[in-house]
Amino acid sequence: MHIPDGFIDLPTSAIFAAASAGAITYSLVGARKQLDEKSAPLAGLTAVFIFAVQMLNFPVAAGTSGHLLGGALAAVLVGPYAATLALTVVLVMQGFLFADGGLSAIGLNVFNMAVLGVWGGYAVFLLVRKILPKNKSSISIAAATAGLISVPIAAVGFVFQYSLGATATFSVSAVLGAMVGTHILIGIGEAIITALTVSAVMASRSDLVFGWKNKTSTLEIRS
Amino acid sequence: MRFLAVYSYCFVVRTLKIKVETRHHHGHDVGERLYIHRHSVVHSLPAHPKIIAALLFIFTVVATPITWWFNFLGYFVLIVAVAITAKIPLKTLFTRALIEIPFVFFAILMPFFGKGEVVSVGPFDLYQEGLIAAAGILIKGTLGVLTAITLSTSTTAREMLRGLEKLKLPTLMVQIASFMLRYVNVVNDEMERMKVARESRGFTATGIQHWKVLATAAGALFIRSYERGERVHLAMLSRGYTGVLPHEEPPKLSKSIWFTALVLPISALSILAISLGLNI
Repeated sequence: MHIPDGFIDLPTSAIFAAASAGAITYSLVGARKQLDEKSAPLAGLTAVFIFAVQMLNFPVAAGTSGHLLGGALAAVLVGPYAATLALTVVLVMQGFLFADGGLSAIGLNVFNMAVLGVWGGYAVFLLVRKILPKNKSSISIAAATAGLISVPIAAVGFVFQYSLGATATFSVSAVLGAMVGTHILIGIGEAIITALTVSAVMASRSDLVFGWKNKTSTLEIRS
Repeated sequence: MRFLAVYSYCFVVRTLKIKVETRHHHGHDVGERLYIHRHSVVHSLPAHPKIIAALLFIFTVVATPITWWFNFLGYFVLIVAVAITAKIPLKTLFTRALIEIPFVFFAILMPFFGKGEVVSVGPFDLYQEGLIAAAGILIKGTLGVLTAITLSTSTTAREMLRGLEKLKLPTLMVQIASFMLRYVNVVNDEMERMKVARESRGFTATGIQHWKVLATAAGALFIRSYERGERVHLAMLSRGYTGVLPHEEPPKLSKSIWFTALVLPISALSILAISLGLNI
């Protein structure tokens, strides 16, 4: 669910569009350094993956189902730079091709999901990875925490935008309570799916996981 | 008996899958789910003036104070007129606008909160302030969605990307987006095949206990996407890719094209200007 047009006023939208543009420029530089000329195809396929995996329905109970948002998952799998770019592209395409999320609100949506969700989640991931012992299962736990945090932190971003420029009558504290409360629940689902997905990738191709690859593993030559 | 059930189930799934595949035949199916091919002025315009026009129109709509009801009526007439010019069936236009529904629920709650004047509507006591805010969100949101739908229905995904490129979206982003458009069906089909494989083995996801299976599929999908990305990259390198995609510079657009595209926002802005004049 993305912010539509007219929900947040234009000045606020402009501020967050500028902030998102800054974060994207930073990620462009970072992604070039990290992936060099490989960045376009790999981030592109990551964007496709996020787009596709958002259509994978996870049944909850009694006919309801949810889907992955993927910010934290992408950050752990391909690194925060490529993740920001991939999620931004997904959001821009959703706005322009599927009319999902207002065109004047793209900056707001990108800021919440592709910037706050990805970088907030990745920061938590780094923190938890540092505390836990250096083994594979720690990566899954860290990814779960990142997934858990990435959803409510995006909701907090929305509430911040709401407090600055919404034309609605709910009090900010009520919106904060409702949004963060529901998004912690969604975050728990996100955490479980992120952890399971990361551990599935770790089981067969751990070399692809950015959050794990970061640590230098030396080739062991046995004789 | 159980075997028979599974077998016939697989058969049904397979037939369904065949149906899905025939639907997928037109190349960029997912990326161009909204595009409807017509011969109209709107379709023939290049993408970047259209995007600028849509954005300016939406900005005008969003900037208009909520209580200027007649303005919104004017905007609505304008966007519907553009949709008609684009030969978009109005039924399609409005059914697609239903994507907005989640926010409608948000807006419906709003009149119950607020302060100040209270209006009685049937059995409910509603706050006027909340009513106005809710109406504003609904009206502006709907106009925004209608504009975006008119844009995406009359512009192919590829043109849209070229338009965004002309409007200085960073090259790397454009490349990422074009990879996304190019491979979205491939990856979607891959996911669909995995789903068929799961269901052929009698798997139905009913609750949280099945998340591990689905997440494993998501993981496998990531590995396959990543490996495809690597293969694509190597194939591109072997054809001389250095980080930039070749493209030819399109001719400069004539003034009349820009003017045609900007008719929509200029009309909306004039409505706004007139009502500004009347209000002062």
